[in-house]
Amino acid sequence: MLEIGKTGPDFSLPGVDGQTHNLSGLLATHQAVVVIFSCNHCPYVRAWESRMIDIQRDYQDKGVILVAVGANDTVKYPDDSFENMKAHAQEMGFNFLYVRDESQAVTHAYGATHTPHVFLLDSAGVLIFRGAIDDNYDDPGAVKQHYLRDALDAVLSGQTPAITTSNAVGCTIKWK
Amino acid sequence: MNIQFLWWDGCPSHDEAWQRLQHVLKTLQVDAEVEHIQVKTEAEAGRWRFPGSPTIFVNGQDIDPRAAPPYRLTCRLYFREDGRPSPLPSDEMITRAIRRAQHEFD
Repeated sequence: MLEIGKTGPDFSLPGVDGQTHNLSGLLATHQAVVVIFSCNHCPYVRAWESRMIDIQRDYQDKGVILVAVGANDTVKYPDDSFENMKAHAQEMGFNFLYVRDESQAVTHAYGATHTPHVFLLDSAGVLIFRGAIDDNYDDPGAVKQHYLRDALDAVLSGQTPAITTSNAVGCTIKWK
Repeated sequence: MNIQFLWWDGCPSHDEAWQRLQHVLKTLQVDAEVEHIQVKTEAEAGRWRFPGSPTIFVNGQDIDPRAAPPYRLTCRLYFREDGRPSPLPSDEMITRAIRRAQHEFD
């Protein structure tokens, strides 16, 4: 798994918006890139999705972009196909990028294990935080630790987050 | 009343779901036999009509009327009363199912 302080592997992946997105290009134009390994079918992802939308909305003017990466095997989990990713992004009104890692190479390179699994990179592409979005998937009103928001606030002010890793809670990645 | 609690170890929410079930049973003062069943294979998921983890049957009925195939080893998506998606059945959903079973028994 990618370690804190290491550089996130570059990628070039097709998005549900019809564009190809590469990490190096995103880093060149943003203060931070949040790579979140994700999917359609997982209830943990679904529970956190509205918070992902909120975070993108709240931080987009600060130079932050979220990139959700779908990589699950679609033979056993057809809900996670690229076509269904496009439909789901439209249905949910995603304001962040949603890209497909068909070969699963990027997911392997980061060492993601679950959906959702967050990797926050600073403008140099260095991993600042890795883990969960916050500490309560079931109840946004009961969150005590806003891991990702706190880490974003830290990186945007040039500081190190107080918490740099947390357990990724969710569904396991469905490997081919 | 017979209750079956089915779970798969690929999802982390089964402990919390089990605690919710126990809490509801205690609150409703229901003395029920609860069978704790770990589903380990796709074949078992099919046999149990298991749409994902966790799943609770009360007198053989899924507590969520929207339960549907496919039956497989996966994490289960529930919807709370306010429409929010969740990996857990709500206390209210469990309570409704138990009260329905009590009513049928009466």
